Amino acid sequence: MVELASQDSRVVCLDGDLATSTRTDMLFKAHPDRFFMMGIAEQNMFGVAAGMASVGLIPFVSTFACFTAKRALDQIRIVIAQPGLNVKFIGAYSGILTGKTGKTHQSVEDLTVFRAMPNVVSIAPIDGVEVRQAMHAMVEYDGPVYLRLTRDPMPVIMGDSYQFQIGKAVTLREGKDITLIGTGEQTQRCLDAANLLAADGISAFVLHVPTLKPLDVEAIVNAAAATGLVVTAEDHSILGGLGGAVAEVLGEEYPVPMKRIGLRDTFGESASNAPLLEKYGLTARHVAAAAKTLLEKRST
Amino acid sequence: MNDPSIPGIPQLIEIARSVRIDIVQAIHHAKGGHFGGPLSAVELLVALYFRELNIDPVHPQWEDRDRFILSKGHSAIALYAVLAERGYFPVEELMTFDAIDSRMQGHPDMKQTPGVDMSSGSLGQGLSAGIGMALGARVLGKSFRTYVMIGDGESQEGQIWEAAFIASRYQLDNLVAILDYNKVQQFGWQYPEPLLPIDHPEEKFAAFGWHVIEIDGHDFNAILNAFDQAKMVKGKPTIIIAHTVKGKGVSFAEGKYQWHAKVPNDEELTLALAELVRREG
Repeated sequence: MVELASQDSRVVCLDGDLATSTRTDMLFKAHPDRFFMMGIAEQNMFGVAAGMASVGLIPFVSTFACFTAKRALDQIRIVIAQPGLNVKFIGAYSGILTGKTGKTHQSVEDLTVFRAMPNVVSIAPIDGVEVRQAMHAMVEYDGPVYLRLTRDPMPVIMGDSYQFQIGKAVTLREGKDITLIGTGEQTQRCLDAANLLAADGISAFVLHVPTLKPLDVEAIVNAAAATGLVVTAEDHSILGGLGGAVAEVLGEEYPVPMKRIGLRDTFGESASNAPLLEKYGLTARHVAAAAKTLLEKRST
Repeated sequence: MNDPSIPGIPQLIEIARSVRIDIVQAIHHAKGGHFGGPLSAVELLVALYFRELNIDPVHPQWEDRDRFILSKGHSAIALYAVLAERGYFPVEELMTFDAIDSRMQGHPDMKQTPGVDMSSGSLGQGLSAGIGMALGARVLGKSFRTYVMIGDGESQEGQIWEAAFIASRYQLDNLVAILDYNKVQQFGWQYPEPLLPIDHPEEKFAAFGWHVIEIDGHDFNAILNAFDQAKMVKGKPTIIIAHTVKGKGVSFAEGKYQWHAKVPNDEELTLALAELVRREG
């Protein structure tokens, strides 16, 4: 964020009094004249961002995903998405791994919401490398973009040569038995699941889909065609998120058996990460088990 | 008033009459739209677009222009009529209001209509966007001013008060809100006795740190003086509380909530036009 603001004088940041959580306080220290504390008032904050964008600035609006996708949704719809204004909105603390805050501060519907909203690009990066590249791509792209971030830093997966492109999915692993498709940090659990499956002699294809909209239909169809079986995985509801998106694409373009890993029409609860992933079925082991179920079905 | 290109009060009154006729005809033709709210805002909008705003109808996207947001977006036809009379597009185009493929959408669309600076329609949102423009002017080192018209019913929205707080906190003296205080909303409180959409807005905005000016919103002298006074205020935003009459200019609609969004039939159109042509003339 600091780097972006230093490179482009049009970049400003609006914060909903979560600067020490989302770490936009670093921008405040570097460029205090382009950091705007908007208080605990998200609806106004998104409207202010729209006004700033309309006069040529590039506002990044930073708050938790639960507030971005719900509390200020009508504001995003009316003054940002409908006129297509150049506002970038960050949903931090997405999914259920939100530091023991519980279901009020978890966000399991944001991808569904923004997938359904015309004009909005939605990005869920896998690691810090991709986050950084995505933020540069967001500045270059003229229009509303939603960036879904997680609370806890994830291991770095992407190499130095990686080039993020809006709307492009990335094959992380070739395989011939089963296709695992992930988004956000959940793709990392797909990679772990691929390792678990490899130990059992199963060859998994792993596709990372960082852009939920526009969706890389060609990559998803090719990944499905490579094995004929698909498991999707997301730290999000299976209704309308990545799982829903992939099911829609394959249903129309290339029907194959599939399973969706994600929250099954439920809210979360307060707990640390490991028990949450276990209870809500999001671990690598759950992804691998879904893959095996599909493989067993095919062989019978 | 030495410059002949600047309209004086008698001309502004004539323009307002034309705008009202445009509004009534367009709503009748479209068989849709709102009636009372657009008519209460006519003098305020005419004063803005023909005297106050630093704008260029030939270059509606001019970067240094003053900005205006019609936050009470359901009064869109009034804004369209004023923009048409000001030369942004032909007056005849008003007859496409609400029709398929029209640039005159039911609520203001900044990507469709030349001269519209911000989309609106879901109430309570325009003041926040105005803050963004005013802060943007500050960041960009530009001297343009931002004006936002809000409604009294609209001021029941919580976002208006989020915005009122932030505008004051950022000391936005380049931001002017105009409250079209027409005292009537779509239905409102009718029982056991009628209540105003908002009581004492002057006290509420003053408590939030705004400079408050109260005027008769149909009196061009008062409106223009208020705009001048607002420019003198430093370190705080200004709100002009404009006392207006809903449905102003059409006697059978004045002050009546039933005419919030009623479409005049042929007979009512004839009556309204007769009054508008005769009145003040």
